[in-house]
Amino acid sequence: MTVDARIVVHRSGWSLDLELAVGAGEVVALLGPNGAGKTTALRVLAGLQPLDAGHVVIAGETVTDLPSARRSVGVVFQDHLLFPHLSALENVAFGPRARGVPAAVARRTAREWLDRVGVGEHAAARPRTLSGGQAQRVALARALAAEPRLLLLDEPLAALDARTRLTVRSDLRRHLASFGGAAVLVTHDPFDAMVLADRIVVVEDGAEVQTGTPAEVSRRPRTEYVARLVGLNLLRGVATGHHVDVDGGGELVTADSAFGPVYAAFRPAAVSVYPERPAGSPRNVWPGRVTTAEPHGDAVRIQVDAAGLPVLVDCTTAAVAELGLGPGSPVWLSVKASEIEVYPS
Amino acid sequence: MRPLLRARPTGGGPGRAPAFLAVPAVLALAFLVLPLAGLVLRAPWREAPELLAGAGVGQALRLSLLTASAATVVCLLLGIPLAWLLARPDLPGRSALRALVTVPLVLPPVVGGVALFTVLGRTGLIGRPLYELTGFAFPFTTAGVVLAEAFVALPFLVLAVEGALRAADRRYEEAAATLGASQWTVFRRVTLPLVAPGVAAGAVLCWARALGEFGATITFAGNFPGSTQTMPLAVYQALEGADPRAAVLLSVLLLGVSVAVLGLLRDQWVNRL
Repeated sequence: MTVDARIVVHRSGWSLDLELAVGAGEVVALLGPNGAGKTTALRVLAGLQPLDAGHVVIAGETVTDLPSARRSVGVVFQDHLLFPHLSALENVAFGPRARGVPAAVARRTAREWLDRVGVGEHAAARPRTLSGGQAQRVALARALAAEPRLLLLDEPLAALDARTRLTVRSDLRRHLASFGGAAVLVTHDPFDAMVLADRIVVVEDGAEVQTGTPAEVSRRPRTEYVARLVGLNLLRGVATGHHVDVDGGGELVTADSAFGPVYAAFRPAAVSVYPERPAGSPRNVWPGRVTTAEPHGDAVRIQVDAAGLPVLVDCTTAAVAELGLGPGSPVWLSVKASEIEVYPS
Repeated sequence: MRPLLRARPTGGGPGRAPAFLAVPAVLALAFLVLPLAGLVLRAPWREAPELLAGAGVGQALRLSLLTASAATVVCLLLGIPLAWLLARPDLPGRSALRALVTVPLVLPPVVGGVALFTVLGRTGLIGRPLYELTGFAFPFTTAGVVLAEAFVALPFLVLAVEGALRAADRRYEEAAATLGASQWTVFRRVTLPLVAPGVAAGAVLCWARALGEFGATITFAGNFPGSTQTMPLAVYQALEGADPRAAVLLSVLLLGVSVAVLGLLRDQWVNRL
C-alpha cells in the first residue's frame, strides 16, 4: 500500500475516525455530505492539520509527525490557491524549485506540465486572468510537477461551472489514470466520484459507512444518504429466500434469494404507477399517495408515501399528465422482482 | 482623486450647511492651509540655489536622507518579523504586545529620546557594557540619529505590515508548504510578496516619520552639524539663529517631501490594499 492511514481527530461535539489504504496508481474518493470530515481527513494526510491519534504512512515511511513540506504530497485545492503574484509557469515551477531544482530546469519541467494539462499558451499569465477551468488545470500541473507520492484533490471541480466541469473532469480522469502514485479525492458529488475513482469511501459523521468500487456503491448503497446520492430506493428488511419482510411494514418478492438482514434497492425508473390496482404479473404491488412531484431530467420524479415507506418513482411527463398526478393523488405502485437488488446488510 | 463624499443623486440636493457648522469648518480649513501657503509664499525662492548650496543646508539634507533611509532599513529588518509575530492568531498576550508596539506613536518624542538615553547612553543599561567592550556609544553619533528615528518610526511599519498580513489569505502558505517549501522559502517567496503593498506603504510612512523626527533625535543624538544635525534640527537652528530665510526654505523642502509621500501613498499603494 502506498498510503496507510488511521486518522483520528476530535473536536468539541464532533470526531473523525477513518482508516484509509490506497495502493499505487489507485484513486480513492472520499464521498460524503458537507461536514462529514472529508476535508479534515485530507488536511491530516497533507500534514496541514495534526491528528489526535492514529498514523499516516506514505510509501513505507511514517510521516505522522513530519511537516507538510517533507511528506511528498501534492494538493489540488478547491479554489486552486495559485499564488497570485506569480505567473502560471512560476506557480508550476514553485514545487521543483522549492526542492532545490535549478530555476531553469524547474521552468522547463513546468512548461512540460503546462503543455500536458493543455494550458501551455497561458504560461505567462497571472492566475487572476485565467478562467476557472484553466486555473484548476494549472493547479493540477503545479501539484504533479512536484512529483508527489500522494496526490490529494479537495473538491477539484466544485468551483467550476457545469460546462467547464465536464471537460476538466474528463481530463482529470486521464491525468489520474497516468499518475503512478496514490490519489485521494474529496467530493460531495457522486458523479465525480463514480467517474474519477477506482474505489469510493463514503464518509458520514466522521466515519466510513461504506466502501467499494463505484459500481458496487451505486448498485448496492448501504445508507439512506448513499441511496439518495446514487438515486436509488433503499429498503431494509429480513429475507427468507425470495421473500423480504421490510422494516416498518410491507413485504417484497425478489428474484434473487437471500437470508437474514438485507438491503433491497431498486431504481425509481423501475417503478410503475397505476391509477388502480394492476391486474396481471407484478408481484410487488403497493397502494400509496403522492407527496411531491418535480421535474427530474426529462422525466418527473414523484415521491410516494406507500404505507409509511417513502418510494421515489420516475414517470414520463406524459404519464403524469394522463394520470393527473399531483400531491395527494392516490396511486398503485409495482416493481418487478427482477428489478430489486438484494444484498446482506 | 475620488471625492470622499458625493452629492445625493436626487431628492433636493445636499442642502446648505448650517452656519454654526460651516463657519468653524472653514476656520479649521484656513487654520490648516494658511500656514502652509504662507510658507510657500514667503520662501526666498530667488536666493534658494545659493542657500541650498550653503554648506550647512546641503549637509543637513544629505544627513536627513541618509539617516531616514537607514532607519527605514532597520525598521524593515526588525519590523516585518515583529509584524509577522503579531499577526499570528495563536500568539499568547497578543493584544498586550500590540499595545506595547503602539506606545511610541503616542509617546512625546522627547521622552523617547530620554528613554533611549537610559538604555543606550554611555552609562545606560546596555550602553555601559557596550562602551566598556567596544569604546563605542550611540549618543551624539549618526548611528544614534538612526536609532532615535527608528524608535519613533517602527510602529508605523509594524502596524501597516501586520494589517496586510492579517488581511492576506494564509492558505497560500499552506499551499506552498505542500509543494515542499521550507518555512523560509514560504516566507520569502509567498508571504512577503503577498503583503508587498502593505510593506511598501509601511516603509513610506516610516521613512516620512523618520525624516521629520526632531524630539528624540535632539535629545538622544544632539545637534551637531555634519554628524547629527538633520533637516528638522537645521530648521530649528536657522530660525533661532542666523538665517530665518533658510529655515523657511528648508521647511518648504520638507513640506514638498511630505506632500510627495502623501501622493505616493494615496495613488500607488493605499487604494490597492
